[in-house]
Amino acid sequence: MSNKILEVKNLVTGYQGKDGFMKPVDGVSFDIEKGETICIVGESGSGKSVTSMSIMRLVEFENGRILDGQILFCGEELSKKSNEEMRQIRGSKISMIFQEPLTALNPVFTIGKQITEAILFHRSMGKKEAWLRAEELVRLVGISDPKQRLKQYPHELSGGMRQRAMIAIALASEPDLLIADEPTTALDVTIEAQILELLRSLREERGMSIMLITHDIGVAAEMANRIIIMYAGKVMEVAETKDLFDQPLHPYSKGLLESVPRMDGERGVPLKSISGSIPRLNEVPPGCRFSPRCPFVTDKCHKQEPALEKRGTRQVACWHVDELFEKDLLAIKTEGGVPIES
Amino acid sequence: MLRFMINRAGQSAILLLIVTLITFFLVNLAPGGPASTMRMEATEEERQAIVEKLGLDQPVHIRYVEWLKNALQGDLGTSFTSSEPVIQRIMERLPYTIELTIFTIVISVILGIFFGVISTVKRGKAGDHVINFVSVIGLSVPAFWLGLMLILLFSITFKWLPSSGVGPRGAEFELWGWISHLIMPVLILTTTVLPHIVRFTRSSMLEVTSQNYIRTARAKGAKESVVLYVHALRNALIPIITIIGMLIPRLLSGAVITEAIFGWTGIGTLIIDAARGRDYPLVMGITVMITIVVVFCNLIVDFLYSRVDPRVKNV
Repeated sequence: MSNKILEVKNLVTGYQGKDGFMKPVDGVSFDIEKGETICIVGESGSGKSVTSMSIMRLVEFENGRILDGQILFCGEELSKKSNEEMRQIRGSKISMIFQEPLTALNPVFTIGKQITEAILFHRSMGKKEAWLRAEELVRLVGISDPKQRLKQYPHELSGGMRQRAMIAIALASEPDLLIADEPTTALDVTIEAQILELLRSLREERGMSIMLITHDIGVAAEMANRIIIMYAGKVMEVAETKDLFDQPLHPYSKGLLESVPRMDGERGVPLKSISGSIPRLNEVPPGCRFSPRCPFVTDKCHKQEPALEKRGTRQVACWHVDELFEKDLLAIKTEGGVPIES
Repeated sequence: MLRFMINRAGQSAILLLIVTLITFFLVNLAPGGPASTMRMEATEEERQAIVEKLGLDQPVHIRYVEWLKNALQGDLGTSFTSSEPVIQRIMERLPYTIELTIFTIVISVILGIFFGVISTVKRGKAGDHVINFVSVIGLSVPAFWLGLMLILLFSITFKWLPSSGVGPRGAEFELWGWISHLIMPVLILTTTVLPHIVRFTRSSMLEVTSQNYIRTARAKGAKESVVLYVHALRNALIPIITIIGMLIPRLLSGAVITEAIFGWTGIGTLIIDAARGRDYPLVMGITVMITIVVVFCNLIVDFLYSRVDPRVKNV
């Protein structure tokens, strides 16, 4: 029995467009081990959210379709499950929390109703019992005065409290895998730190796996055992967090790391950024998808698409890894720092 | 809550004042008058005597102030055509119209929301197109034509339903007699409001089902029926309630035509008689009454709002 809780193999997800399918996820493979936190990092539009929505099979409700590939959850193929089988897995074995807790919670129901509902979808128990369990969950995620809070509506809570309530909903049936899609993007920095700390302690207590989606590589550094770098629907690099920060192997990873402000950086110098922007779904370039923005681009990059290949414990999709690595062109060189006004 | 009530009462009073002002001048300044519509032979002097007796020799604005003074004391005057108090004539007829309106609203709301949701679920498929097509037909066929066709079909050809009247009432009340008289008028009124509710429900549901919390509900493992009828519909109801509030005045005015076709002795037929006979006090009385009903319905709508949407509790 493998130790892997989730294996995604060559996943392709498409949305029906005017001329054929648009593919925001185009051949993505990765896996998650039991008790592990992995982060999927990438710019907006890199296909991170669609990947998570595919695992939950929620894309089908939004005109999308899994076109190819396998999603193995505890060895079971999710993409072949019936809708009813999938419904029983959603919210019980795999749970999900979303970016904007205000819009992700139903405005016309109390927090208590929304948590007990999540419990009752998967377990048969009395309403009173479910309410007591909800109280327990709310206390667990660090909401003070649970009895009172359960009776309140989402708009009566603060952003941080709402996200805690979302997490309580997700924990209702003690999932094996928690997918968190940019859980802290809409929150301010101190609340972000609290929520991340909460997720970390929950993972340690319950031994669940977390798949965290973020565009903030700083969040990934804090949370992840392994990081998956995605770009335009493809995986560019997979590495243990420490390895990635020591030495990125893909020019895109290098670019992402260099665009993070550093405390020891020189002040007043602008931060590095990756020039250009992510291609639109209908304008994906031939060859390597990152080639139009890559500083080390060659003819080969424009013509042929590199596959994701193993290099020791890591994986990377670039034609010129060895060459760039030998010439030490991939080392992170941050010139800029935080422009602080004194 | 108290402040809200006081506020609304104030607004309603101003609205009522404006409505009566406009109606009073429109009715009184229209050509002709009670004296000229009388069918019997009368000399010029006799006509003049009637005008004086009814107080119509006074200028319009003075008559309005006079009318308002009495109305504020609860006296809506005496009908010109029957010499009965206006209130009494209205109260005789109002229950019949309310009866029609309530049946129509209840049926339209239930069917409208049901078909609207079906239309959302089957978006772009055959079911949606059929519902849409029928709605457009319902909206575009005039009530008087449809009413006459129904009478032709069910009353004259098949002889299943009575063509006019309110049926046996009081001591002779009999269930089938009552229902058989109600069917066609309610059906006609329903065709004028049902399509609006269907189309509004559809667009409201389509908007709500693309919201993030619907995705959350599915991610929690909710059955599709729960997603639609609990999570989506509860939110979609908010604008639907608004449209229902706006349809009630339309329904009351629609009743004029429907009541005329089916000889339904409600407010609709009364207002036609009153306008034809230049029965000024009666026209004014009915106007006031209908305005009060409309204002009251809007109050109920506002109250329902705060029940459905916790965010508007402190109106």
